Amino acid sequence: MSTPVKKAAPKIASTAREKLRPAINAVLVPLLAVFTAMVIGALVIKAVGGDPLAAYRGLFEGAFGSAKALSETTVWATPYIFAGLAVALAFKGGLFNIGAEGQLAFGAVAAAWVGYALPDVLGVTLPAVVHIPLTVGAGMLAGGIWGAIPGWLKAHTGAHEVINTIMMNYIALNMTSFLLNGPMKDPHPLNVVARTPRIAESARIPPIFPGLRLHWGFVLALAIAGIVWWVLQKTTLGFEIRTAGANPDAARYAGVSVSRTIVVTMMLSGVLAGLAGATEVTALNYRHELGFSVGYGFDAIAIALLGKTHPLGVVLAALLFGAMRNGATRMQFLTQIPVDVISVIQALILLFVAADAIIRWIYRIRAREERLVLTRGWGG
Amino acid sequence: MDWRRFGFIALIILILIGVVVLVGGGEVSPTIIVVSMLATTISVATPLTLGALCGIYCERAGVVNIGIEGMMLASAFFGWFAAIYLNSILQMAPMPSLLVGVVAAILTGGLLGLLHAVLSVTYKVDQIIGGTVINILAIGVTGFLNRQLFFEQGSIFGGQVPHAPGVLPRLKIPLLAGSPIASIFEQQPIAVSAVVLVLVTHFVLFYTRWGLRTRAVGEHPRAADTVGINVARMRYANVIIGGMIAGLGGAYFTLESVPSFEPLMTNGRGFIALAAMIFGNWSPFGAWMSALVFGAAQALQINLQFFREQIPSQWAFLQQAYIVGLVPYLLTMAILTGIIGKTTPPAADGVPYEK
Repeated sequence: MSTPVKKAAPKIASTAREKLRPAINAVLVPLLAVFTAMVIGALVIKAVGGDPLAAYRGLFEGAFGSAKALSETTVWATPYIFAGLAVALAFKGGLFNIGAEGQLAFGAVAAAWVGYALPDVLGVTLPAVVHIPLTVGAGMLAGGIWGAIPGWLKAHTGAHEVINTIMMNYIALNMTSFLLNGPMKDPHPLNVVARTPRIAESARIPPIFPGLRLHWGFVLALAIAGIVWWVLQKTTLGFEIRTAGANPDAARYAGVSVSRTIVVTMMLSGVLAGLAGATEVTALNYRHELGFSVGYGFDAIAIALLGKTHPLGVVLAALLFGAMRNGATRMQFLTQIPVDVISVIQALILLFVAADAIIRWIYRIRAREERLVLTRGWGG
Repeated sequence: MDWRRFGFIALIILILIGVVVLVGGGEVSPTIIVVSMLATTISVATPLTLGALCGIYCERAGVVNIGIEGMMLASAFFGWFAAIYLNSILQMAPMPSLLVGVVAAILTGGLLGLLHAVLSVTYKVDQIIGGTVINILAIGVTGFLNRQLFFEQGSIFGGQVPHAPGVLPRLKIPLLAGSPIASIFEQQPIAVSAVVLVLVTHFVLFYTRWGLRTRAVGEHPRAADTVGINVARMRYANVIIGGMIAGLGGAYFTLESVPSFEPLMTNGRGFIALAAMIFGNWSPFGAWMSALVFGAAQALQINLQFFREQIPSQWAFLQQAYIVGLVPYLLTMAILTGIIGKTTPPAADGVPYEK
C-alpha cells in the first residue's frame, strides 16, 4: 500500500520543476547572452590594448557606485523603458517597429512646442495641472500619429512596416533638424545649438530629490510597464493584439478586425515611444535638443528582444542598457577605452539573444521555446 | 518590368530634372543642367543599385535581407581602413591601395553575408531580426573602431586621420573626349561595375542552371529539394554573393564618392535599395530603373544646392536642404503602398526551410 504514495511524491516534485522550467529558461538564456557578450567584449578591450578588468570595474562603479551614479543610470534607463515597451508591444502584435527613434523625436518636438509656445499662442498663463498633462499628451499624440501612419499603410496597402518605419525615422530626423535649426530654434542671442527654447515653468515637472537628476519620468515608466502588462494580459484589446500577432487568420475567424488592430497596435507603440521624448522634455531637460535621441530606436529593439518582449523583462533589460551607457563614461575616464565599446557589447547581446541556438549550443541547454515570427514577405 | 511602371519611372525622373532646369535655367544653360543631373543620378544610384542586386540574390533564394544597410556600412569602413592603412603605413601607391580597399570591402560584405546565412539558414532565426542584428553590429563595430583607430592617442595612426589616398578616378572614354555629354558616361569604376552587374545578374538568374536553381529554392524549396538541389547550400551561396555585392556598394561611399569615413554615413541607402528591389519586382533591370529614380531624387537635392540663390520666393521651401532631402524617403513610402501596381515576391521569401 505504501508504494504508490512513495511513487507519487517525486512525481509532484518533478511537475513543480517542469512548471518552473520555462521560467528558468526564459531568464537563463538572456543572462548567458549578456555574460557571453561581456566575455567577448573583454577580448575586444584586450585586443585594443586595454585592461578588461579595470574597464569593467570602471563601468560598474560608474553605473552603481554612488547615489549619483544610480540616479544617472535611471535617467539613461527611462527612455529605454518607454522605447523598449514600444517595440515589445508591436512585437506582441506581430509588428516590427523600427521607428521608435522617429516617434520619440516627434514626441519630444511636440512636447517642447506645447511647453514653450502654447501659453503665448493662447495668450493665457496655464496652471501646471493643465500645462503638464497637455505637454505630455502632445508628445503622446505626436508619437502615436507617427506610429499609426506606417500601421495604417500596412493594414490598408500591405506596405511592410519595417521599411516604412525606417523611412519615417529619416523623415523625422530631417524635419526635426529643419524645425530646430529654423522656426523652433532657441532665439537666445548666444545660442548656436539646434535646440528649442526652455519650456515654461508651468510645464516643468520638478525633480524628485534636489541635486539628483532622477526624475518622475522614471516612475511613470515603471507604472506604464505595469499598465502595458495589464492591457496585454487582462483586456480584450490585449487579447486582440496578441491573437492578431500570433495568428492573423485565427484572429479574423474569432471576429477580430486585424487591420484595425494593426493600426491600434502601431499607434499605441508610437504613443509609448512619444512618452520617452515627452518625459525627457518635461521632467529632465526642459527643452528638446537635436541629436539627443540618436540610436535609441535600435537600442530599443535589442532591449525588447533581451526582455523577451515581457514588460518586466523590458524594464530589467532597459536598466542593464542604461547602466552600461551610464557607466561607460566613467570607464572611458579611468581606462581610455572609448564608450563605443558598449555598442559592440550590446550588438553582441542582441546577436546571442536573437540566435539563442548559439547560446544553447555553447552551454548545452536543451529545451526550446516558441520563436518570434515576423517575416511574412514584403507584400509589395 | 511592365510599361506602366517604366512610364512612371521616366515621368518622375523627368519631373525631378525639370524642377532643377526651371530653377537654374536662367543662370546656366539647360543642357549643362540636364547633363549634370543625369551624371549625378547615375553616380549616386550606384549603392542603391548594388544594394538592390544584393537583395535580389538573397530573396530570389528565399532569404529576406534587411541587413544590407549594415553590410554596406561595415564594408565602407573596412574598405577605407584597408586602403588608408596600405597607403599611409605600408607606403603603397594610392591606386593599388584603393583597389585592395575595394577587395577588402567586398570580403567584409561576404563575411556579413555568411553571418546572415548562418543565422537565417542554419539557426532559422527570424530573418528580419537577423538583418537587424547585422545593422546594429555594423553601427557598433564601425563606431568603436573609427574612434579607437583614428581618434585615440597611441593607436596605429597616432590619434589622427591620415591623408587619404583619394578616390577611384573616372574612366575616360576616348570617343567622347571633349563632348558635352561625356560626364554622363565617363563614370567611376564602381558605378560602371554596378551597371555591368545588372546585366550579369539578369543573365545568371534567367539563363543559367545556377539561376534556375536559385529561383527554384526561393519559390518552392521542397520541390527543389525533391529533385536533388541542396536548398541550404544554394541559400548560403546566394546570400554570400549578395553580401559581396553589398560590400562593393559599401566601397562606393569611402573609395569612390568621398575619401573619408563618417559613422552612419550610409544614411538609409540600404533600406532604400530594398524598396528599389521591391518596386523593380525582384528583377535586375527593374531594380536598376527604380534605383535611378531614387538617384534622381538625391541628385535634385545636390544640384539645387548650386542654385540656392536663384530659387524664386514662392518656391522658398526648395532652399531648405532638409525639406528637399525628404523626397527619396517619401518616394520610397509612396512606392511601397503599391499605388503604381503591386509586385510579387518569391513565394518562399523569408521562410526557413525545414526538411
